[in-house]
Amino acid sequence: MATFTMPSLGADMEEGTLLEWLVKPGDTVRKGDIVAVVDTAKAAVEVETFVDGVVQELLVAPGTTVPVGQALATFGETATTAATTPTAAPVAAPTGPRPAPPPVHSPLVRRQAERLGVDLTHVVGTGRAGVVTRRDVTRAAEAIATRPARPEPSAPGARIRVAPYARRLAEELGVDLSALAPPPGGEPIRAKDVRAAAAKTTVAGTTAAETAHTPRPDAMRGVIANLMARSKREVPHYYLATTIDLTRALDWLHERNRDLPVSDRLVPAALMLKATALAAQARPALNGFWIDGSFRPADQVHLGIAISLRGGGLVAPALHDAANLALTDLMAQMRDLVTRARGGRLRGSEISDPTLTVTNLGEQGVELVHGVIYPPQVALVGFGRIVERPWAVDGLIGVRSVTTATLSGDHRATDGFTGARFLADIEQRLQQPEEL
Amino acid sequence: MTDQTTLSPDQARAAIRDAIRKIIPDADFDSLAEDASFQSALELDSLDFLSFVEQLSAATGIRIDESDYPDLASMATSVAFLTRSNQ
Repeated sequence: MATFTMPSLGADMEEGTLLEWLVKPGDTVRKGDIVAVVDTAKAAVEVETFVDGVVQELLVAPGTTVPVGQALATFGETATTAATTPTAAPVAAPTGPRPAPPPVHSPLVRRQAERLGVDLTHVVGTGRAGVVTRRDVTRAAEAIATRPARPEPSAPGARIRVAPYARRLAEELGVDLSALAPPPGGEPIRAKDVRAAAAKTTVAGTTAAETAHTPRPDAMRGVIANLMARSKREVPHYYLATTIDLTRALDWLHERNRDLPVSDRLVPAALMLKATALAAQARPALNGFWIDGSFRPADQVHLGIAISLRGGGLVAPALHDAANLALTDLMAQMRDLVTRARGGRLRGSEISDPTLTVTNLGEQGVELVHGVIYPPQVALVGFGRIVERPWAVDGLIGVRSVTTATLSGDHRATDGFTGARFLADIEQRLQQPEEL
Repeated sequence: MTDQTTLSPDQARAAIRDAIRKIIPDADFDSLAEDASFQSALELDSLDFLSFVEQLSAATGIRIDESDYPDLASMATSVAFLTRSNQ
């Protein structure tokens, strides 16, 4: 049995509103399926499941706002291998074939597993190629917490049996255990039953469900305010800037676009994003997270793209594995991401995965942007407006198209030297656009 | 490119408005000056502008190259471009 909880979609999220269930009890879901739509202060987000299974019970009705981590639904194992989970297995084991080679766990994941007492050999990895992520570990720990080691013997005179954790939870949630129908077959009341009862109480109090993201400028301002204040409070930023001659890159781009239909054309931003992603892949010190006093490099570059929303506010969802996307794919995915950020829905993984963010504020006319890092990321790259300037090349003055690239770096994670090499790397790559 | 019927200025204007509305559904054309830059008045970024060009080209059947982009800066220049293209 696995619990599907309100996911944390980024460091700035504390609660979410369930907008819509895309599954119903009895449905079989596979890892990666979108099962629900959750509204955050910033956007409606499609939330994926990280386990295979059969939906047992939906605990929260559409329209309900719940804190991150609260159970939304329970998933059982697929019908073919039902019920008998070995007691040794601390989490719901996956069904179906698992990839043969055991995944290598990052130090970060191993540490978290130790802290939470989770046996990694039994955790289902939901990262790329089945890699176990920290979220998986957290989920596994929650699964342990909701599975009592053994049922508490019935108190004398009591008609119903209650698992210890369920009893504690009932107290916390204010659920009257005597009002619960005892589970069939003499099973004890478990945490899930208590949670379901608590959720139903909540559900009864809500009215019509919303089905779309309701723009709440104040709420968005609030989450941006919190996160940015935290960044400026905790992250010692250093700032670097360099002017990059884009003439070659733009000539190459225009030549390439000349014969293409509009839909296949690239914009300069695509080149800058790709160059940044490749530089970050080559210099992983700036690609990852600062957590619990140390830097945890990410294994792929999920480039966050700062997207301003019409009507105010911004989101910075991830372009997954941007360093390994062909330019045309990167361009297509960037357009899709921007369109969905502004009008439709983002995926949970897009919200929570960025490892390094790029802001392209230059498109609104500024020549230089000193960005604020999104914690727990450790760097942010900014590109200013592309302007024509008198520029010396090989001892001659000419008119060239240039942009000012900036790096905001977290001085806890890197020093200016590393940041300087990184910016220089981006510049070099933009001189060879055909290699991007 | 298929045969094109000549666009009148009014048709061109309507096509431009439709294309912009696909990107900014609540765009306010009443307060948009004829010579105001779309990019700054409507806060279009480069992807928005690309979508605008894409919509406009699809709706009118007119080929729009990158070198034509400066002609699509404002309502006035865009109308002139679209009606000129069909001479």
